[in-house]
Amino acid sequence: MKVVVDRDLCQGHGVCESEAPAVFEVSKQSVLVILDESPPEELRAQVEAAVKFCPTHALTIIEED
Amino acid sequence: MTVDVGLREPPRVSGGGGEHGHLDELRVDPIGLMRRVREECGDVGQFRLAGRDVVLLTGAEANELFFRAPEEVLDQAEAYPFMTPIFGEGVVFDAPPERRREMLHNQALRDKFMRGHASTIADEVEAMVRPWSASASREGTIDLLDWFAELTIYTSSACLIGRKFRHELDRRFAELYHDLEQGTDAIAYVDPYAPIDSFRRRDEARLGLVELVQGIMDRRRAGPPATDEDRDLLDVLMSIRDEDGTPRFSTDMVTGMFISMMFAGHHTTSGTAAWTLIELLRHPQELDAVRAELDELYAHGEEVSYQALRDMPRLESAIKEALRLHPPLILVLRVAKEELEVEGFTVAPGKLVGASPAVSNRIAPDFPDPDAFVPARYLEPRNEDRANPWTWIPFGAGRHRCVGAPFAMMQLKAIFSVLLRHWDFELAQPSDTYRNDHSKMVVQLAQPCVARFRPRAAPSAPAPSAPATSAP
Repeated sequence: MKVVVDRDLCQGHGVCESEAPAVFEVSKQSVLVILDESPPEELRAQVEAAVKFCPTHALTIIEED
Repeated sequence: MTVDVGLREPPRVSGGGGEHGHLDELRVDPIGLMRRVREECGDVGQFRLAGRDVVLLTGAEANELFFRAPEEVLDQAEAYPFMTPIFGEGVVFDAPPERRREMLHNQALRDKFMRGHASTIADEVEAMVRPWSASASREGTIDLLDWFAELTIYTSSACLIGRKFRHELDRRFAELYHDLEQGTDAIAYVDPYAPIDSFRRRDEARLGLVELVQGIMDRRRAGPPATDEDRDLLDVLMSIRDEDGTPRFSTDMVTGMFISMMFAGHHTTSGTAAWTLIELLRHPQELDAVRAELDELYAHGEEVSYQALRDMPRLESAIKEALRLHPPLILVLRVAKEELEVEGFTVAPGKLVGASPAVSNRIAPDFPDPDAFVPARYLEPRNEDRANPWTWIPFGAGRHRCVGAPFAMMQLKAIFSVLLRHWDFELAQPSDTYRNDHSKMVVQLAQPCVARFRPRAAPSAPAPSAPATSAP
């Protein structure tokens, strides 16, 4: 899977960082840094929670073949 | 400036023959005016406000353009002339976009702080109901506007500035703050300093708030914080000095910063709490469903600080539906800095451009039975809020979506976790007499708006502990 962020929507609340700290990091300036754009399968549950609970619905998972 | 030949001016709505265009109608029945714009003109229409055109956008396509536009295209700075006298010069809307973005980015709203805030909010609600528990009959009435406005002064000051500062406040701060909010008459579009009563009271209230903050600062200078942990935002602001040693921020500026930090989360949350309660009391089955959900979540005595961050689909849906039907902001405005094209119409630079949560939240195809209170529309599989990101807009949308929305939802969940588990409420007036007062740009409940409270009669939840003195 691949994780993408819509920068028009992201406000840097950091919910994704709480859900999946190995994949997302939000800087002090509230800028989201995706640490791992293609996270391993074992983090799927965490990444899906990050997508679901993102308050601005800015995250999407794209399935890769 | 060139205008494409194919593009037309947006159509104009009827009426507005007065000296200031539609200003008078906007001050009496703004929602009626905005609905008429949509009925007569469609997604893009214009009304006239004190010598300026306001291009009102409604519907998903036009709203998406509005909410995706960057600050450089649709600017907020000049759109709200009624806010400058409230915040003060140099605060928020007076600052350039980069500075505003930096100021809006508020560390206190980060996800990792939410659990601490939930606990603070629960404590504040407990403190507000303590006099109810302590009274002989433990029954009484509250005015919903006054009660929730006071509560949310305490919660927002405690969470955004610090618990220490909150405990230096009392009712007077809430009352002065209310006068500020009432000083938002749309006459400000003609003259923000017009000699009218509500503007006079606004200016006196701001001076009163500066005086209260000055008193707090004087007491702190006399007894500075012992440890770093004891420092709150006010201590930090007081400690910042210019190179020559003089304090960087005057009392007036500090007060203005606090007013602006609290503004967005105050009347909005207060009104939504009141409307959620009113709608739940109007719909007893929905109230029962919400209480059953809370009883189950708190069955084993869990802390509000933990539960308020978890999913509460029934309560969240009731809050969302109160927000959809009674959005705290009925019209959000920007100023066009460049020429825009919207659905084949041209918008010239300098025009005001607006989006209306009050109108878009009730667009029938998006929200079936749009005027009815139906919390189930947010449950699986309907998810009408997520399905309509550009018309379900009580918090705005896109890059400008309210940054405090997650905080607000958590706060409302914490408030009702305390109130509904331990107390019964009842409308004390005919149901249809609860309505909003639209005479100001800051919409608030029209008074009277009274509700009765008494200790919860029914199931499982333990009654609030009464003090020993009132035990039989």
